[in-house]
Amino acid sequence: MAQGKAAVIRSDLDIVIARTLARDTAKNMGFGAIDQARIATAVSELARNIFLYAGTGTVTVREVDRSGRKGIEIICEDQGPGIVNIDTVMQDGYSTSRGMGMGLPGAKRLMDEFDIRSQEGVGTTIILRKWRM
Amino acid sequence: MESLRIPILKIGNVLIASIQTTLHDTSAVQFKDDLLQRIFETRARGLILDLTAVEVVDSFIGRLISDIASMAGLMGTRVVITGFQPAVAITLVELGLELQGVLTALNLEKGLAALQREIEESGDGTG
Repeated sequence: MAQGKAAVIRSDLDIVIARTLARDTAKNMGFGAIDQARIATAVSELARNIFLYAGTGTVTVREVDRSGRKGIEIICEDQGPGIVNIDTVMQDGYSTSRGMGMGLPGAKRLMDEFDIRSQEGVGTTIILRKWRM
Repeated sequence: MESLRIPILKIGNVLIASIQTTLHDTSAVQFKDDLLQRIFETRARGLILDLTAVEVVDSFIGRLISDIASMAGLMGTRVVITGFQPAVAITLVELGLELQGVLTALNLEKGLAALQREIEESGDGTG
């Protein structure tokens, strides 16, 4: 398994750093301009969630290979309050803060795979993947 | 952290701001405040926000753009957003943000023409 590169999220500046890391990795892997924008935008949404709800966390970006198919995998982890009802936050328009309620469902639509695990009081881990055409 | 201020230019009764730098959330909010203050000071009738160099618009910046258009509208200033890159337009719609009610144009030239029409229709354009 590739180690990948990580960005620590502590401030709103780190949101930009995390999405630039994801975009640069996607570009180097040969993703097209539109997929690069999709990946960068999805990471921006999730990194902002970490900053707003958990305060700190990490975004790790790496290349993955599944039966010969190359993809980018982004792991967003925090030890924040966790999400009590995942089904609710995955609905369009649901928001508890300054967002428009597009963050999680929007990021899911922009990516090929979206796995979310969260436990109240323990934290949240979201794994995003996009496969190269 | 101090960020690069985005220049806001005035031509006649129109303000033009072109975002050439990556905005993080705090600098984006500062930019919105600067824009509204400049509108107030200059009594500009129109504002063009040019996004030609912007490669990522997430829900935060998308909402900010929509807010700028609404807030400037309350002050009597029409806003046209120009230069959305194809990848930005695609991701915004997929994200679920269609910026309804926000006037857009392909480029600065077309945006300026659209804005002049809007200003003329809404009465005296002399500002």
